[in-house]
Amino acid sequence: MASRAPFDLLYSDTEDELRSAVRSLLADRCDAASVLARAETDRPHDPELWRTLATGIGAAGLLVPEKLGGQGASHREAAVVLEELGRAVAPAPYLTSAVLATEILLGCDTASAEVAGLLAQVAAGARVCVPAVPLTLAPGAPLPAGVRDGGGGVLTGRVGSVADAVAADVLLVLADTGLYAVPAPDVSLVRAVPLDLTRPLATVVLDGAAGTRLADPAAARAAVAGALLSGAGLLASEQLGLAEWCLTETVGYVRGRHQFNRPVGSFQGLKHRLARLWLDVASARAAARAAADALATGSPDAPLTVAVAQAYCSGVAVRAAEECVQLHGGIGMTWEHPAHLYLKRAKADSLALGTTGHHRALVADFAELPSP
Amino acid sequence: MITSEELAARVRELLAAHPPGGTDREDFLRARFDAGLAWVHYPEGLGGLGAPRALQAVADAELEAAGAPDNDPRRIGIGLGMAAPTILAYGTEEQKRRFLRPLWVGEEVWCQLFSEPGAGSDLAALGTRAVRESGSGDWIVDGQKVWTSSAHTARWAILIARTDPALPKHHGITYFLCDMHAPGVEVRPLRQITGEAEFNEVFLTGVRIPDAHRLGAVGQGWEVARTTLMNERVSIGGMRIPREGGMIGPVAGAWRERPELRTHALHQRLLELWVEAEVARLTGERLRQQLAAGQPGPEGSGMKLTFARLNQEISGLEVELLGEEGLRYEDWTMRRPELVDFTGRDAGYRYLRAKGNSIEGGTSEILLNIVAERVLGLPAEPRDDKDLAWKDLAR
Ligand SMILES: Cc1cc2nc3c(=O)[nH]c(=O)nc-3n(C[C@H](O)[C@H](O)[C@H](O)COP(=O)(O)OP(=O)(O)OC[C@H]3O[C@@H](n4cnc5c(N)ncnc54)[C@H](O)[C@@H]3O)c2cc1C
Repeated sequence: MASRAPFDLLYSDTEDELRSAVRSLLADRCDAASVLARAETDRPHDPELWRTLATGIGAAGLLVPEKLGGQGASHREAAVVLEELGRAVAPAPYLTSAVLATEILLGCDTASAEVAGLLAQVAAGARVCVPAVPLTLAPGAPLPAGVRDGGGGVLTGRVGSVADAVAADVLLVLADTGLYAVPAPDVSLVRAVPLDLTRPLATVVLDGAAGTRLADPAAARAAVAGALLSGAGLLASEQLGLAEWCLTETVGYVRGRHQFNRPVGSFQGLKHRLARLWLDVASARAAARAAADALATGSPDAPLTVAVAQAYCSGVAVRAAEECVQLHGGIGMTWEHPAHLYLKRAKADSLALGTTGHHRALVADFAELPSP
Repeated sequence: MITSEELAARVRELLAAHPPGGTDREDFLRARFDAGLAWVHYPEGLGGLGAPRALQAVADAELEAAGAPDNDPRRIGIGLGMAAPTILAYGTEEQKRRFLRPLWVGEEVWCQLFSEPGAGSDLAALGTRAVRESGSGDWIVDGQKVWTSSAHTARWAILIARTDPALPKHHGITYFLCDMHAPGVEVRPLRQITGEAEFNEVFLTGVRIPDAHRLGAVGQGWEVARTTLMNERVSIGGMRIPREGGMIGPVAGAWRERPELRTHALHQRLLELWVEAEVARLTGERLRQQLAAGQPGPEGSGMKLTFARLNQEISGLEVELLGEEGLRYEDWTMRRPELVDFTGRDAGYRYLRAKGNSIEGGTSEILLNIVAERVLGLPAEPRDDKDLAWKDLAR
């Protein structure tokens, strides 16, 4: 169980600059009140915000090499963007389009004109591309096989719990004969009422939709499996950002809120809870940075490090959001206060891309700690 | 500023002049100190080169590769981790020259005479008296200290004592370097939960301390002691440990080697703790990287809390995992060990010894207060003892 060369767990200057660009964009365009207002319509995503994030800041193409039309950055930078999106519970199809779909396309043959063309458009933010897989699909889990090719790429089947499908221009569909790009207008969506209002869910229904084939079955499955690993690793950063917001907001609140002629934050029961939460958030940062760096460097340690980060960060984000609701008292239970948006995102994130239990089981495999 | 290449060259010079194989251990360590390779961030002439702390790893790696002896840092932990940084910060030139070299080489072991039966978490309430003798200017010390680790092997002690009971508790304290062989110092083993006696009671009766062994100004002792305590609490996070390097190692090993012990319930707990131990390792590594980059984060104040909790949970799990074997204990014979070996011995010992991790060096409750107040900026506990004269405090 030797660990390899230590990961670089700090933030580089470029990453700090990227963070402040994203943070100030979100401060302008994505305050809690407008996130909530939009979530109550049937279009939670703000296309204007997406355009600025994707094209103004160039965040959509971070994972894509420059020669394929992207920024040629890495998972480390994408992780920083996700931290900020998590901190703002931003309803942006970043994890789905800029991470999962992008990684699937990068895992296909990028010399092919179809793959390269779509990738360049996704990287430029010109099209939102979303994988038609359930949000709960985890790395290491069997891939779904619900879509059939009736011949010549005419696809039939259903995929449930697809995140951000409503924002998609193109869907990536895994069928028995390979991976297909399907234009969104060619499928029908049955929208679900999501627990997390900021990440809409739908069942994708393919009823003889025509897709463009991007990869054969073996390549398709490998590409999806690789993307799930990256997605799970980077989700830890979204969870970190979310947890940090909850902690900071709660500390600020209990300092100012008085009961019993004292700030409630001066009571030791609360101080100790918040100190412990701070410890957990600091640890989540190390775990999430390790996962991002392991993915960025293609370390052979990446699968284990991602599983560790997911097995740890999900719980921290949920606890941070739960403490946030509880320590705000009655106001924490209200619809106006944004705490509920964070709790819903945190809880949904804990199911996304594998539960804690699933990732612990992966740790058991990688660390050679077999079950009885 | 010295580069790592220059530093490596200095190490090779030292090794050439004092081949580890043919040199007496302490002679080698003294030569290493004199070459400035003991703690490279200390000033020249005091075992260092005024170099960035991060370069120490370069020197250590080169020396280790050459098979050079180390100074047994666990045996002299209190000296290295607490006495030395305090002497460096507050000592006179003469004190630094007198004490730092034998301390680092390990010729002189140090202990910490801080806690008293009536003053633990509220350390500033201590009552051991130091009265200045008119004429000689020496200090005469009377009182009792307790839980003093290594007092039985120590040659010197850092000591805090009350020099003015009429002042509020934080203001009437002075810091001393106490000769453990001086007449009037009596060390009695205090047997502990593990059966052995790594700590002691220390009775101080008319102990004479020359004024030259006062560290810092009269009445400045609390400020000086805070330097010691700060160093005590951060010294834990600084080490690089390999994966499964801590308490989790033996449990994971037992799990792999002994399939007959495995149950589903234990598996879930083991995996949870394995993940937490790995995350704690990464958090320590991140802290180390921050320090090396000159941007120390507040995480240091948390590492002791994390390790205390994990050590206790993991060692508890280990005893359960062992089943019938977990019912037995290696040896209750009363011993006075020279060093504390946290992960050594058997699971029962690890379980019991780990209980001290959340008490020694500040309890977890006190450290949580510190994190809440200093890191998160939450309001301090209301307190009414700050301005009262020490002699008027309830006790
Ligand atoms: C193995 C070991 C080695 C030690 N070595 C040394 C040594 O070498 N030199 C030395 O000087 N000392 C040493 N100590 C002493 C140690 O520093 C003290 O035991 C410790 O600071 C706690 O003080 P106390 O024992 O008086 O507990 P108390 O302060 O009496 O605490 C009792 C309980 O009350 C809690 N408590 C106290 N105040 C508060 C508060 N404000 N808020 C919430 N909870 C509170 C504590 O957390 C604890 O649970 C050692 C202790 C151990 C266990």
